Amino acid sequence: MTSQTTLLDPTAELMPVERQLLPRLSELAGATIGLLDISKPRGKEFLDEIEKHLLKLGARVKRYTKPTFARVAPTELSQQISVECDAVIEGLAD
Amino acid sequence: MLASQLDNNLTVYVQDDPTFPASISHRIDDTSLEFSYRNAIEIVPTLIRLKNDSENESRIFGWDKQQWQEFTGIENLGAELIDFKPGCGSKTQDPGMDELLALKYGNQQFSARRVDLAESEDIMEACFERGWSDGLPVVPPTTVRVMRMLSGTDRNADEMLGNIPPDNIPCTIEKLAINAVMAGCKPEYFPVVIASVEAALQDRFCMHGLLCTTYFSAPVMVINGPVSKQIGMNSGVNALGQGNRANATIGRALQLVVRNVGGGIPGGIDRATMGNPGKYSYCFAEDESDSNWNSLAMDRGYERGDSVISLFAGGGLQAIIDQQSREPESLAKSMAASLRGVAHTKLFGMVDAILVISPEHRRIYREGGWSKADVKQALYEELMTPGTELVRGANDIAEGMPEKFRDIVLNKFQEDGLHIVSAGGTAGMFSAIIDGWAASGSLGSQIVSQKIL
Repeated sequence: MTSQTTLLDPTAELMPVERQLLPRLSELAGATIGLLDISKPRGKEFLDEIEKHLLKLGARVKRYTKPTFARVAPTELSQQISVECDAVIEGLAD
Repeated sequence: MLASQLDNNLTVYVQDDPTFPASISHRIDDTSLEFSYRNAIEIVPTLIRLKNDSENESRIFGWDKQQWQEFTGIENLGAELIDFKPGCGSKTQDPGMDELLALKYGNQQFSARRVDLAESEDIMEACFERGWSDGLPVVPPTTVRVMRMLSGTDRNADEMLGNIPPDNIPCTIEKLAINAVMAGCKPEYFPVVIASVEAALQDRFCMHGLLCTTYFSAPVMVINGPVSKQIGMNSGVNALGQGNRANATIGRALQLVVRNVGGGIPGGIDRATMGNPGKYSYCFAEDESDSNWNSLAMDRGYERGDSVISLFAGGGLQAIIDQQSREPESLAKSMAASLRGVAHTKLFGMVDAILVISPEHRRIYREGGWSKADVKQALYEELMTPGTELVRGANDIAEGMPEKFRDIVLNKFQEDGLHIVSAGGTAGMFSAIIDGWAASGSLGSQIVSQKIL
């Protein structure tokens, strides 16, 4: 852990200081949506339901699974999703 | 003795060991240096005599026995000590300390928004994630670093430099200092960085258009005059390459300002088809070792002793090999032949260029008795070309000059479109061409210069 650091903003300060979300998709029709199962019980059932809705809205769906919910996704998996999909939905479950 | 005679009227402020001197009861721990900073102590010991409200205090520094005796009115003060010791520098004068103390106890206020990072954030990564970087790591702009950068100029932090394109956002000296820190500049480079922004904001440079263009070009900086040696810039071996901090970071600072303040983001308003590697930084000093050869700044009306930055809207680098010419006439023809290749061999009067002449090629001209003006004149004459060779379709190439130029003799460069600069290492019969923007000239960008103050 480092101690608190304060930097001076080098920008025009037109954006909020908090980190910004990436741009959202404007529509789902024709988009490829990744569904990432983090490997917790019941995740599959939740994502199956999401998939049905997405298909109805005209999206394509690709399914992925993390090896374990306890760790962040392996770099290879993140890269694969970023290349193959326009957006990803992560299926948390408990 | 001083303590016993002055009784409660003596207070000792101690910068390092607060237990010293044990014999004095009125001892105040100033290891924080707050008292020393607020009272502008430069030498220890400093003896201050406080007077009545109406009178000013007076001070003496170091140890001069006679002076101390007169100052305190104690005749035999320190009789057993040596007569004179000059004292030491106060800890407030340690390198870098002034800015730290100014931040803690001084009046410096920053206008820029403060960005507090979470404890878990990596500082370098945080700068990337906020979009402040050109793709390379930036130096995190902490308050103390910005304070140090501001110490490189006498100008006020809140002074407005102008509106930075493309978003036309007002830019202060402070905002520029933040970006100069991130670029990796030292405070002593800051006057050059300020001048670079002032030059870029000159209307004839057309920074907005240059940023938006699909062409390769970006600001190319040439530094002339004493400042280049003072801040250790490279005009010699590998002058246009990597490895010199001033060359690398001054050029980068302008690019970061355009990005961060102006909002000029590649793929956003910056529409370059390919760009060029100089868009990270393209800055070098001219070799002014030959007093018979005029510098770029002198060509542009300045004196040899002036420190000047010139900005040229330029792109990559094209080599000229000539290892055979021993006469100026041959070398000039050789260079002219290569200069025809700027942008396209059949496009004339359109794209400006900087010809960077190496020391070995300069030697050929010098030994042949040619001045820089002679070189320019010879190139001008060599580059006159009949329109019949240049019009669209000529030589079975569709590209070329419009048909209306068929019966006209054209020059490759418009008036004041070819600039000559000296740089490079002493070995190698190579010179170079920095090609200009396709919108060179009065309707696009023209070279600009700014005195560095």
